[in-house]
Amino acid sequence: MAHEARQYDRVVSETPFARRSLITITLLFLLVILVLPLAAVFTEAFRKGVPAFLESLGDPETFSAIRLTLLVAGISVPLNLVFGVAAAWAIAKFEFKGKALLSTLIDLPFSVSPVISGLVFVMLFGAQGYFGEYLQQAGVQIIFAVPGLVLATIFVTFPFVARELIPLMQEQGSADEEAALSLGASGWQTFWHVTLPNIKWGLLYGVLLCNARAMGEFGAVSVVSGHIRGQTNTMPLQVEILYNEYNFVAAFAVATLLALLALVTLVLKSVLEYRYSDELSASRRH
Amino acid sequence: MTATLSKGWQFRQPSVLPGFRWALGFTLVWLTLIVLVPLAGLFLRSSSLGWDQFFALALDPRTLNALKISFGTAFAAALANVFFGVLLAWVLVRYHFPGKRIVDAIVDLPFALPTAVAGIALTTLYAPKGWIGSLLAPLGIKVAFTPLGIVVALIFVGLPFVVRTVQPVMEEIDREVEEAAATLGATRFQTIFKVLLPGLAPAVLTGFSLAFARGVGEYGSVIFIAGNLPYKSEIAPLLIVIRLEEFNYAAATAIAAVMLVLSFAMLFLINSIQAWSRRRYGYGA
Repeated sequence: MAHEARQYDRVVSETPFARRSLITITLLFLLVILVLPLAAVFTEAFRKGVPAFLESLGDPETFSAIRLTLLVAGISVPLNLVFGVAAAWAIAKFEFKGKALLSTLIDLPFSVSPVISGLVFVMLFGAQGYFGEYLQQAGVQIIFAVPGLVLATIFVTFPFVARELIPLMQEQGSADEEAALSLGASGWQTFWHVTLPNIKWGLLYGVLLCNARAMGEFGAVSVVSGHIRGQTNTMPLQVEILYNEYNFVAAFAVATLLALLALVTLVLKSVLEYRYSDELSASRRH
Repeated sequence: MTATLSKGWQFRQPSVLPGFRWALGFTLVWLTLIVLVPLAGLFLRSSSLGWDQFFALALDPRTLNALKISFGTAFAAALANVFFGVLLAWVLVRYHFPGKRIVDAIVDLPFALPTAVAGIALTTLYAPKGWIGSLLAPLGIKVAFTPLGIVVALIFVGLPFVVRTVQPVMEEIDREVEEAAATLGATRFQTIFKVLLPGLAPAVLTGFSLAFARGVGEYGSVIFIAGNLPYKSEIAPLLIVIRLEEFNYAAATAIAAVMLVLSFAMLFLINSIQAWSRRRYGYGA
């Protein structure tokens, strides 16, 4: 028997030596490409010891950057959440003409450079933009201010929640909702008590990815921010400024906070994938 | 329900579920306001330049070089990612080893780690005095502040795109196909390269196109490591930012319009190839 099993292994799998070599090559590649950069962030941040690290985090400008990042993500993510649920409801639960085109358009921001995602709003609302003069007269500032940061962030994180929910809701079909409606539930009751519990883990997954991108976005917000210290610098922009001033310990100290955010995101994401894999869309199951 | 409902052109098929109008209406309004109007505004702006001025700006040698560098490095990085991404997906799907779950999770790090953080970390590693840079320096290989550095950064940001599109399709492969190939006398090498990999082509192409599209537009992770020398290591998104800071809106718009048209054309092309190869090989992607 053992002999036969080995024979079977030999024809439909690689030799143990080949297997071990491939695993080693892959792990080495990951170590160099992914793990070392992460390790470098923490090493550089603590290069001059813990006190220097803490001191650079206590800086008021850094503090205001953290607050601004939380504010921008706090506005953008809920808006894209509502949009994602609405888009998924329309696309996954109904058959209508132009559905494929609509899905493609929703994904469009993924293929636009972050810099261009910021630029389009400068062209609309900047001093020389289409609405620039009008806004100036009205005394409203969008570019180089919080509204511009929010708009650019919404643009780059636009598809995240919809991308998770559409395939999930398509797989689930509409039978549950039809049953609820036929038993006399109203539309809202059906949504809150039937649909939402069905999609909650998928929704959380989408929100998690959306939030990570919203807090970490650099290119788009860099174009609309104007880099006013203590006012329009988000955490990633603060990292850039400190780095360009050769204040490496402080730059990497702020970077550790963003790296921790990334690690927490990865852990939560993996927990969702392993624990609730049946309630995520098929491509997320492992 | 009248009989006429099923006849003729219908915008949507009937359904008992409520909320279609509201959901679709909100989706369309939000999509138009956030995505379509801003993008249309950019194209309108560049069309108001007139053809002569537009071409003068787009064919400016510095712009052309920046576009060449952006597309060239993104292409090289996407190719490298296809090689390592397929290998990684294979190892994750087929083999068992300790710590596999952690390895699987960490593949998504580039999705979660802000690009600016990746940028400064990679620069520190590959600078002549960095952990990796100091190993490569005696060999005469310079990575940081050269186009090679751009490729390294783009390999970092693009890797999960290939792995995550290929991995689920690889999991679906029917083992009987391999057994059939083996019973028909194929060596393991032949089975992999002539039976398994061709079937993965649509997924690999999708992963390639996603990594490539991301690489062309990437900014945050690249600008720190690139060195940003005009004509040598200056990427197109950076040139847009530079023109914008000079208040040269016309040039910024022209470069952006060229980039958008090229990336949309590439995506369309690759989607078509993918649709073709899906018909040809039958695996979904």
